[in-house]
Amino acid sequence: MANLTLVQAINLALTQEMEADDRIVLLGEDIGLNGGVFRVTEGLQQRFGEDRVVDTPLAESGIMGSAIGLAMAGMRPIPEIQFEGFLGPAYDQLINHGARYRTRSRGAITVPLTVRVPVGGGIHAPELHSDSPEAIYAHHPGIKVVMPASPYDAKGLLISAIRDPDPVIYFEPKRIYRAFREEVPEDEYTIPLGKAKIVEEGSDLTIVTWGAPVLQCLEAMDKLPDDISVELIDLRTIYPYDMDCIEESVRKTGRCVVVHEAPKTSGFGAEIAAMVQERCFLHLEAPVQRVTGYDTIMPYYKLELDYLPEADRIAEGVMACAAY
Amino acid sequence: MTTAPPSAQVASDEEKKTKRLSDKLPDKTLLKWLRDMMLIREFETRTMQAYSNAQIGGFCHVYTGQEACAVGTIGSVEHDDPVITAYRDHGHALARGMDPKFCMAEMYGKITGCAKGKGGSMHMFDKPNHLYGGHGIVGAQTPLGAGLAFATRYEREVMEATDKKRVCLCYLGDGALNQGALHEAMNLAGLLDLPVIYIVENNGYSMGTSIARGTTMADDLLKKSDAYGIDGIEIDGMDIRDIYDEFKPFADDLRDRQRPGFVNLITYRYHGHSMSDPQKYRTKDEVKEFQERDSIDVLAKHLMEDRDCLSEDEYKEMQKELRAEVREAVKFAEDSEFPDVEAELYSDVFLNPMAGLSPSHDYPIGEENPILEEAEEKDDSED
Ligand SMILES: Cc1ncc(C[n+]2csc(CCOP(=O)(O)OP(=O)(O)O)c2C)c(N)n1
Ligand SMILES: [Mg+2]
Repeated sequence: MANLTLVQAINLALTQEMEADDRIVLLGEDIGLNGGVFRVTEGLQQRFGEDRVVDTPLAESGIMGSAIGLAMAGMRPIPEIQFEGFLGPAYDQLINHGARYRTRSRGAITVPLTVRVPVGGGIHAPELHSDSPEAIYAHHPGIKVVMPASPYDAKGLLISAIRDPDPVIYFEPKRIYRAFREEVPEDEYTIPLGKAKIVEEGSDLTIVTWGAPVLQCLEAMDKLPDDISVELIDLRTIYPYDMDCIEESVRKTGRCVVVHEAPKTSGFGAEIAAMVQERCFLHLEAPVQRVTGYDTIMPYYKLELDYLPEADRIAEGVMACAAY
Repeated sequence: MTTAPPSAQVASDEEKKTKRLSDKLPDKTLLKWLRDMMLIREFETRTMQAYSNAQIGGFCHVYTGQEACAVGTIGSVEHDDPVITAYRDHGHALARGMDPKFCMAEMYGKITGCAKGKGGSMHMFDKPNHLYGGHGIVGAQTPLGAGLAFATRYEREVMEATDKKRVCLCYLGDGALNQGALHEAMNLAGLLDLPVIYIVENNGYSMGTSIARGTTMADDLLKKSDAYGIDGIEIDGMDIRDIYDEFKPFADDLRDRQRPGFVNLITYRYHGHSMSDPQKYRTKDEVKEFQERDSIDVLAKHLMEDRDCLSEDEYKEMQKELRAEVREAVKFAEDSEFPDVEAELYSDVFLNPMAGLSPSHDYPIGEENPILEEAEEKDDSED
């Protein structure tokens, strides 16, 4: 066991998987010599060489498309896109092609690809460097969407993503890259994709969230009166998502609050709210609440914490739902 | 593939001596250039200070070392020629005439900034000065520049709203050469005769990747523009007189013929890519080599020794004035207010705010953009 940050846990998972499987190739801007903008791939080029950790030109469409081509031919490429905003130029390759090959070829050609992308706000970065586009990717059939919220989960989920036979977009919440450490086993282990985690058990109300806001939710729970018992669910995989876990919890609590950084309208919270009413209608004591970012472009850092769902706003949302 | 590091070697003085276009310019033009370059240098020095004092946040890319590029090329065209650039944009904003206080306030995240403090370092917009902004997505501005150029033709030839021929200056870094968007844009511009000039500020690096490691034909970039039937030239970007000598006739000709152009403008950034860059990819000697022919020193020397229109004392006085001007901009930024959350978080998304447009929230009209406000006041006082 070692006490690791999220960054170190990802680096460890990459190292171990690359040791075990020589089909794995890393591609990205400044990931080799410089170790990546967030230093997630630090040391990997020294260890595995320039053929397996490839410094690419500044060309997201090219990076994504060639990674997909590698995957179609049986490799296990892991491209890094430096920030979620730069997925724009890569979107066509990933969504119009990568995500559709299994279907288009009716199973003959598959794309075992893991795209690593730092995501979300909270680091004083501007728009395009602070956004949370997970719902956009979850909307497209054919690609899985993962977002860890702790070092332990980061390692296990990444290994599952790499070994998964289909494309996975693995979002890394940059706000918690180095926010805290956790015991992470040296041995390889996997956490199945599509399985949520109950972070705290409770009986009065369910919070569903993922990524960095898990921490803000915990902080919010400390602010609540003692007589409200909250069950906190970290979704971990946004698509396919663990509706069974949510359903079981909401049937028990009768109340549900969804928390995410992305704008409210058409955010993934909307999907969850719809499914909760579909599956738990007769158990609900209150409408599903959403505490989210706003329907506007991420503002510069001074307003950042007003935009993001911070603890106070989450606590308010919980109280409103509880008091309904 | 060449792996040679960027080189500061230039044409010998002998080669340059034979009549220069810039020799015909009056002293005051060159003095203005010197002043503008020094303003940018001083501005960026204070920017870095404010950043290390955590008064500026986000990502911040300074222009130090490249001053001659923006000042020289913008100084070679008309004020109403549109300009668009990437994220290393403070220099272009100042060269285009943005008041430094709006620029500094933007980075401080204040409501008095050119993007109302809601954008930051990469968001220098100044419509009254025909500056269409910085762009945080590398290469994104290159098709936009083609569109701005398209509009100038459309306005003149289809709408017949003006008989003035204009060109668009579209700046990009060497890293942006590798983005697909640029290649689509160049093809379009070549095909449709769009008067956009792609000015590659080639500082040799894209973050930590040297041009030779990231770009094919790094030592013969004009082949890229050749492929699209676009005229190209290479210019030493450390000497503003060279820039004018070469760029002015090039731009004039493109304006006249209404054709696109491509410039490989060789320059250097003295500081890291952003404020957190350990710079493992280059040597201190390489930085020094360029600093030895610093564009400000070179021009100041020319004005003092060849033109004899600037004394050591006057130069120092100029430095003092600029320091005061930038200090004032900093003070303006410090004294300004942060945007009001209620009023500004939802403003500037749509022009047409109406109750119920979104079930979650209305879109209020926030405060007026300070740059537009100033331009309106100016207009009024001229009437
Ligand atoms: C599409 C996209 N990919 C990556 C980045 C991250 N990034 C910002 S600047 C930069 C390097 C750009 O280098 P260059 O174009 O040479 O400009 P310079 O920094 O030298 O001015 C990179 C990779 C980005 N902003 N946009
Ligand atoms: Mg560059």
